[in-house]
Amino acid sequence: MKADKSLDCVGLYCPMPIVKTSEKIKELKPGEVLEVIADDKGIKQDMPAWCQATGHEFLGVDEADGEIKVYVKKTHQ
Amino acid sequence: MSDEKDKLTIVMFSGNLDHALAGFTLATTAASMGMDVSMFFTYWGLNIIKKNEGKIRSRGLMKKLLNLMNRGGSKRLKLSRFNMFGLGTWMMKKLMKDANVPSLDEMIAMAQEMGVKLVPCSTTCGVMGLSEKDAFRENIASLAGAAFFLNEARESKVTLFI
Repeated sequence: MKADKSLDCVGLYCPMPIVKTSEKIKELKPGEVLEVIADDKGIKQDMPAWCQATGHEFLGVDEADGEIKVYVKKTHQ
Repeated sequence: MSDEKDKLTIVMFSGNLDHALAGFTLATTAASMGMDVSMFFTYWGLNIIKKNEGKIRSRGLMKKLLNLMNRGGSKRLKLSRFNMFGLGTWMMKKLMKDANVPSLDEMIAMAQEMGVKLVPCSTTCGVMGLSEKDAFRENIASLAGAAFFLNEARESKVTLFI
């Protein structure tokens, strides 16, 4: 999946990937896609939940070799 | 998402390191989810937000003794189990550092930057001889009582007691 910005959270546990995502998303314009790369499995449940709470759109997960990529589309400022 | 922000209110009653970490993990996550967060510190929970450096001044022999024996500060807290005279706590801190997990002190600073309100309980501060100006780290909210907490809790979607 193509992303406009990427955030590396490899080696970080909850809550850091979510905390960093909430900071990073500020750099994007509405309609742009953020890719978050993590290796803590919790991200697969946490990111959809974060999207539900904040109203941004969860686009999906790509997983390979223990590296998990999740995609979020910014929907509002 | 509605315009009205969801709210999380937590009573921090315990002064144990593990309890404090759980509380601040939830507080920072809630703030990242766009929630308004208030943490209300009472009894041993006050130790979490006491300043780490310098003396805590209080009047009266019993209060002085209490604050000597119960010094507090985020860097002095112990695990609720397996403290083993500090060895267990030291090991847990080492494991956390190796796993790249922020320390409690860093978590508190992060929470404050994210706008989490840290509110000391006025009654326990009075009883234990803690002054608003002297005893705590910087940027703490004004002391408040049970009515303040209950009013915050009444408006909150999530309320926790830790």
